[in-house]
Amino acid sequence: MLEAIPTTWFVALSAILFLIGVAGVLTRRNAILIFMSVELMLNSANLVFVAFARQFMELSGQIFVFFVMAVAAAEVAVGLALIVTIFRTKRSISMDEINQLKG
Amino acid sequence: MPSLEVIIFFLLAAIAVGSAAGLLFSRNAVHAALFLVLNFAVVAVFFLLLGAPFIAMVQVTVYAGAIMVLFLFVIMLLGAEMLLGEDVMLPWQRPLALLLGVVFLIAMFLAIFATGYGPAYSFLNDPALKEFGSPVSIGNELFVKYLLPFELTSFLLLVAMLGAVVLTRDEKKKAA
Repeated sequence: MLEAIPTTWFVALSAILFLIGVAGVLTRRNAILIFMSVELMLNSANLVFVAFARQFMELSGQIFVFFVMAVAAAEVAVGLALIVTIFRTKRSISMDEINQLKG
Repeated sequence: MPSLEVIIFFLLAAIAVGSAAGLLFSRNAVHAALFLVLNFAVVAVFFLLLGAPFIAMVQVTVYAGAIMVLFLFVIMLLGAEMLLGEDVMLPWQRPLALLLGVVFLIAMFLAIFATGYGPAYSFLNDPALKEFGSPVSIGNELFVKYLLPFELTSFLLLVAMLGAVVLTRDEKKKAA
């Protein structure tokens, strides 16, 4: 009888992906790459949700992933609009140069 | 000889972690975006393995198909492909960050593998459970039990769309 993959393996994989996302947010200077690392972190959380939905046979885990994806899409739209607007005045999206409140 | 599911899991996990590392270390923003698309596709296959076919399709359509296309569009609009100024100010920062990250990972693994969750269903081997994550059952829960969050999400998307339009409106044209 073939067994299923234990849920702990999925939690461990999600932890690795989350850590790589956090490393990307902390080390990168390009605003778009920081944004992409945040998406990677959200993705790893989605993986854990679906893994636990399978573990406890609860569909709520998958429904929550659905809502996380919708919210992530909205966040990306607004965030990229902000980056485009900042680029218009500053001509740069390097995080080191976006250090003034005005403009 | 490990089972087919274990082999598939480790192969996909290697590709997922490899593409995430590619996102972290690549010098070109477009390469990084394509690595992220690969990561999303691999996670969609994981969702299939976990008995969530609807969520897997939504992942491919929304994340890899819409969000990443939006990212690539903005990258090419702003001309940010070649990343300038990624040189480090503190040369000892990167090796220290790597070391501390590995220490943190080991600590987390000790915590994760100390708890057991009991047996889980294997969707690869048990085809009788195929209506667990199917669109029918997800639609049933979404429109009956979670109707209010569903409607609020539609409001959220409307507000996000309005916000994006208002933020990028050209103000000089408005004054003229």
